Amino acid sequence: MGTLEQHYKKLWNWLDERVGLAEVEKLARKKEVPVHRHSVWYYLGGMTLFLFMIQVATGILLIFYYRPSAEEAFESVKFLMAEVEFGWLIRSIHSWAANLMIFTLFIHLFSVWLLKAYRPPREITWLSGIGLMGITMAFGFTGYLLPWNELAFFATQVGTEITGAVPVIGSFLLRVSRGGEEVTGATLTRFYGIHVAVLPLLTTFLLGLHVYLVQKHGMSMPPAIERQANPKRVMPFVPNFMLRDVVGWLTALAMLAALAAYFPAELGQKADLFAPAPIGIKPEWYFMFMFKTLKYLPAHILGIEGEVIGILGFGVGGLFLLLVPFLDRRTARGEQSHLFTWLAIATIVFMIVLTYLGYTEVVTQ
Amino acid sequence: MPEEVPSRNPNRRTFINWFLATSAGAFLLAVLYPVSRYLVPPPAGESTAATVTLPIKPVDVKPNSGQIFKFGSRPGILIRTPAGELRAFAASCTHLNCTVQYRSDLSHIWCACHNGHFDLNGKNIAGPPPRPLDQYIVNVRGDEIVVSKSA
Repeated sequence: MGTLEQHYKKLWNWLDERVGLAEVEKLARKKEVPVHRHSVWYYLGGMTLFLFMIQVATGILLIFYYRPSAEEAFESVKFLMAEVEFGWLIRSIHSWAANLMIFTLFIHLFSVWLLKAYRPPREITWLSGIGLMGITMAFGFTGYLLPWNELAFFATQVGTEITGAVPVIGSFLLRVSRGGEEVTGATLTRFYGIHVAVLPLLTTFLLGLHVYLVQKHGMSMPPAIERQANPKRVMPFVPNFMLRDVVGWLTALAMLAALAAYFPAELGQKADLFAPAPIGIKPEWYFMFMFKTLKYLPAHILGIEGEVIGILGFGVGGLFLLLVPFLDRRTARGEQSHLFTWLAIATIVFMIVLTYLGYTEVVTQ
Repeated sequence: MPEEVPSRNPNRRTFINWFLATSAGAFLLAVLYPVSRYLVPPPAGESTAATVTLPIKPVDVKPNSGQIFKFGSRPGILIRTPAGELRAFAASCTHLNCTVQYRSDLSHIWCACHNGHFDLNGKNIAGPPPRPLDQYIVNVRGDEIVVSKSA
């Protein structure tokens, strides 16, 4: 084996002189992960990243058969599901991984919030993370329309109509998002372009920044752990933490395969622009809490349309979420901040309760 | 690195390495197999019909002219010779698959891509085409032209 070893060494040296492998290796060896009772939350970001990579891979495969036009979209997906070998598997994994990715992203967001990992100097890591959340939800919204089936068509109808309620620029937003006054084939083409070109480009930049900042600052230690006097335990990232990451990823992949096999993505009926909306039309689960909140609002609040109040409310909520690191002055000063802990918990409870109500309502009443 | 010492007795390290490598290999296969099958397109529902009735009337094809028609998913060319006889060929040039056309000024078939010439029997007479065009059988039944592949 001596000669093989020498060849490997030679290849390594050749590459090192040209791309600087030794520096990368030094960085990788230097990276450490704190070990404490909240360490489990460190895996959620990597898990979201892994699911995103699954989305990229399966998404590229789907493009090979998908045709983005109102005439052909539904038929091409039907062909993919029925005729192409393993087409059902690729599409079902894409659909399931999308849902799981949003789920792990939410858990990642709230664990970072509750553990106050956004405190200085990690504010920009938080900002880029919130940006990535917005992009991910846009991925979900645009991707949902692409099979051009009944449910997708009406969900997009409702979703884009809501943007029309935004004060002042509403009707402009509506026209831009639909590519016209109504949801038509033009909307489909537009959503396709956004889904496969615009959002991936934005993600590349924001994700690069996000991951770079995580490397630069290292893993954040929760304040409560940081305050403890006893010596801090750490684990090397390579290979200890990375191998644990891989175990999680393989488990996720096995789950995805099982979900795709037992609960394959459905296709339903082809969208008919002149058919009545089907009963029980629902948005994707991660939009449900907003959808349900808007439903609960009365038609008019203080003379203003309820819809408008709701949208402004969610806009302010989103802005608040974005600015949490700058509003939470106590955490920034290194003090305990019960208010922001309770705000996180209240947000989680609000989302869960409204989602639950959204799924249990009797639609015909 | 002690584990590099060649040993007849497999120790813990070599066993684990072997186990890891075969697992990784099996995993890769489990991913690559469906993906490679997925990438191969399923056989298309291509029309295999050996006969096609043209949407062209015999009187519309003047002597010393030609027209392209659809034969399944490929183009065919129908010509009427200066002598008045109807003939049909596969319109894909035998050189690099461009679609040929009838040149009234030359009174034969010509391919514009690389200047290939075919005579009225489809035989390659000049330029790069290596083989004659495949000839079809033309039957005129009253008002209809029926083209079929020669058996």
